[in-house]
Amino acid sequence: MYELPQSKAPIYEALKKFKSMRVVPFDVPGHKRGKGNKELTDFLGEACMSVDVNSMKPLDNLCHPVSVIREAEELAAEAFSAKHAFFMVNGTTSAVQAMIFTALKEGDKIIMPRNVHRSAINALVVNGAVPVYVNPGVNKRLGIPLGMRVSDVEAAMDAHPDAKAVFVNNPTYYGICSDLRRIVALAHSRGMLVLADEAHGTHFYFSDLFPVSAMEAGADMAAVSMHKNGGSLTQSSFLLIGSEVSEGYTRQCINLTQTTSGSYLLMSSLDLSRKNLALNGDKIYAKVLQMAEYAREEINKIDGFYAYGQELVNGGDIFDFDRAKLSVYTRDIGLAGIEVYDMLRDDYDIQIEFGDIGNILAILSVGDTNLMIERLISALSEIARMHKQPSAGMFDHEYITPRVDMTPKEAFFAKKRAVRLADSEGLLCSEFVMCYPPGIPILAPGERITKEILDYIRYAKEKGCFMTGTEDVNIDYINVVTGR
Amino acid sequence: MELWYTEKHSDDVQFSIRVEKQLYTEETEYQRIDVMTSKEFGTFMTLDGLMMVAEKDEFIYHDMIIHPPMAVNPDIKNVLVIGGGDGGAVRELARYSGIEQIDLAEIDRTVIDVCRRFLPSTTCALDDPRVKIHYEDGLKFIRRKADFYDLIVVDSTDPFGPGEGLFTREFYGNCYKALKEDGILVNQHESPYYKTYADSFQRAHRSIRGFFPVHMVYQAHIPTYPSGHWLFGFASKHYHPVRDLQAERWNNLGLYTKYYNTDLHVGSFALPTYVKELLENA
Repeated sequence: MYELPQSKAPIYEALKKFKSMRVVPFDVPGHKRGKGNKELTDFLGEACMSVDVNSMKPLDNLCHPVSVIREAEELAAEAFSAKHAFFMVNGTTSAVQAMIFTALKEGDKIIMPRNVHRSAINALVVNGAVPVYVNPGVNKRLGIPLGMRVSDVEAAMDAHPDAKAVFVNNPTYYGICSDLRRIVALAHSRGMLVLADEAHGTHFYFSDLFPVSAMEAGADMAAVSMHKNGGSLTQSSFLLIGSEVSEGYTRQCINLTQTTSGSYLLMSSLDLSRKNLALNGDKIYAKVLQMAEYAREEINKIDGFYAYGQELVNGGDIFDFDRAKLSVYTRDIGLAGIEVYDMLRDDYDIQIEFGDIGNILAILSVGDTNLMIERLISALSEIARMHKQPSAGMFDHEYITPRVDMTPKEAFFAKKRAVRLADSEGLLCSEFVMCYPPGIPILAPGERITKEILDYIRYAKEKGCFMTGTEDVNIDYINVVTGR
Repeated sequence: MELWYTEKHSDDVQFSIRVEKQLYTEETEYQRIDVMTSKEFGTFMTLDGLMMVAEKDEFIYHDMIIHPPMAVNPDIKNVLVIGGGDGGAVRELARYSGIEQIDLAEIDRTVIDVCRRFLPSTTCALDDPRVKIHYEDGLKFIRRKADFYDLIVVDSTDPFGPGEGLFTREFYGNCYKALKEDGILVNQHESPYYKTYADSFQRAHRSIRGFFPVHMVYQAHIPTYPSGHWLFGFASKHYHPVRDLQAERWNNLGLYTKYYNTDLHVGSFALPTYVKELLENA
């Protein structure tokens, strides 16, 4: 089904060849194939250190690829049905930033759901574009933010016909998808670009068992976290573009902030993971799905846990659901998700992706086995047996409509002072407050601080969520804008 | 030509048996299975290269994992054996006419098939009508049971492969739930001597101690296992393994056992000082 030889991995092959040439290194990195740092080499292994090398003729250059990196990018583009795929080594965050930089300039508007990852709003702080937030619905029982309704996106487009782009999570952290095809059609009919955050959507490209991928839906750009469930090394990602976006200009935008010393460990991991998924992805993800469905079924037999799945789909703010996600609602056993998350790690040596106020999320991927799934299920059944209390109900998690009174860039760089969080009601926030994970902003620069927001922050802190973003590490003080 | 089977007991210690013939080898979904014959230990099976069962000394292990709990509560009726695909534990259990049901949860069907073929002296009771074999992960099997068994026997591999889940807190918690009010849990408890084994031993003890009011350890000498000094765990919601020993009743059953006897039962719970310390510091 592919025209290019997907069994090839040009970067990996070039590195192997390079290694066999035993070239004497008088260039960086200074560890010189590991010889200069014995302890690190013993720890990571000589095989790893010997290919931690710099750009050079036989290995191409990430900033301006013309040979093996170029070839590897073309293979990846085909595997992801994109016009072009860029190898990203500064995390999916850098791919999200590159999308924003490419699509928008200072003062341009972008329509986005509030539950975007912090990297998207950070990009706005850097380039001065203006967010127009769309309410992602909230599932009241589970307390999770959902997707954007097409009607809400359309209303935002009507209210802001000058917007340049629409940003879509495909899927959200919790696996919720919006109706991407219709959003793309609407956006394109109004000359807007569609940017997709597919940090959790790698598998959409390799199997029919999941929601539609951004490229298939006709989106213009997509940031894909190959490292999250595709098997590559942490920090490696792909940025994909569709036919309407200029490859050269996108490359220039990437190069604004990308390292000039791209890691060959990361690039070769992307190369080999792409090969693996192109050749075996359908089988791998069919197995991942089967494990997730099995785990859901078993967890739902445990009184008090609710592992949600396809039944959530409602055609609106939950247009589709990614069944490879394993999210579990925990409050019916009287525990916050974050408490279950801590118990799993502290008492059972099981590390899951995150716990929020009402839910936990386990990531299943190419590397999981049935035996490990059994451990997770059994640990949850034990937690329910030993800690079940009366249902804790759900914290009233109504959508708090952000009042954006200044652009994120202006507010972030404005004159400011620190005030006690408790005394900040009514003031204009100049920094982020987020609950991490999942890294969705509670407050962003330029937004008015309300009582509702302060109540939410207090509660999340009490429940032990890891709060970040403010200059004050304890989040007792918050920076507010005092002038331009 | 000489052919030797070698197992690393630690990074710096090897244990070798001269092999007369390799009879079988297979890589299953879970592990590599090998069967060999030797003069000294007869036919033996290894999993992932680690000694599991040897014809000549298996009586020690199987005596010690079954008869101590049976001598404490001879009225045991429902038993679950987890792991134990060689059938040795089931064989010893089947000698008690009072036992009504023996469930065997073994994850790897091939282990049972291979043992039936090459080690008939341990698998001989697997077709007893009271025995039901479940080809399932023990962790999964136990999750569905509550307040049902009088005795659970954890006859697992070392915790470095498919047996890893059987050394966890979630596993022992589920065992506690699956046992009746006066239930007993017996587990193979690794060796106290070499560090990696001692770590597993301490980890298992920590988990068991968290659930069972009675949590004791006893020992046996098993030539083919690392260091030869092997431990078993006796955990219970109710019975004390020495104070509640029903020696007379057990002896009246008239079972001949080549290793176990009721004097040894009492003595096996007397532990060396360093082992006691490992337990205290677990």
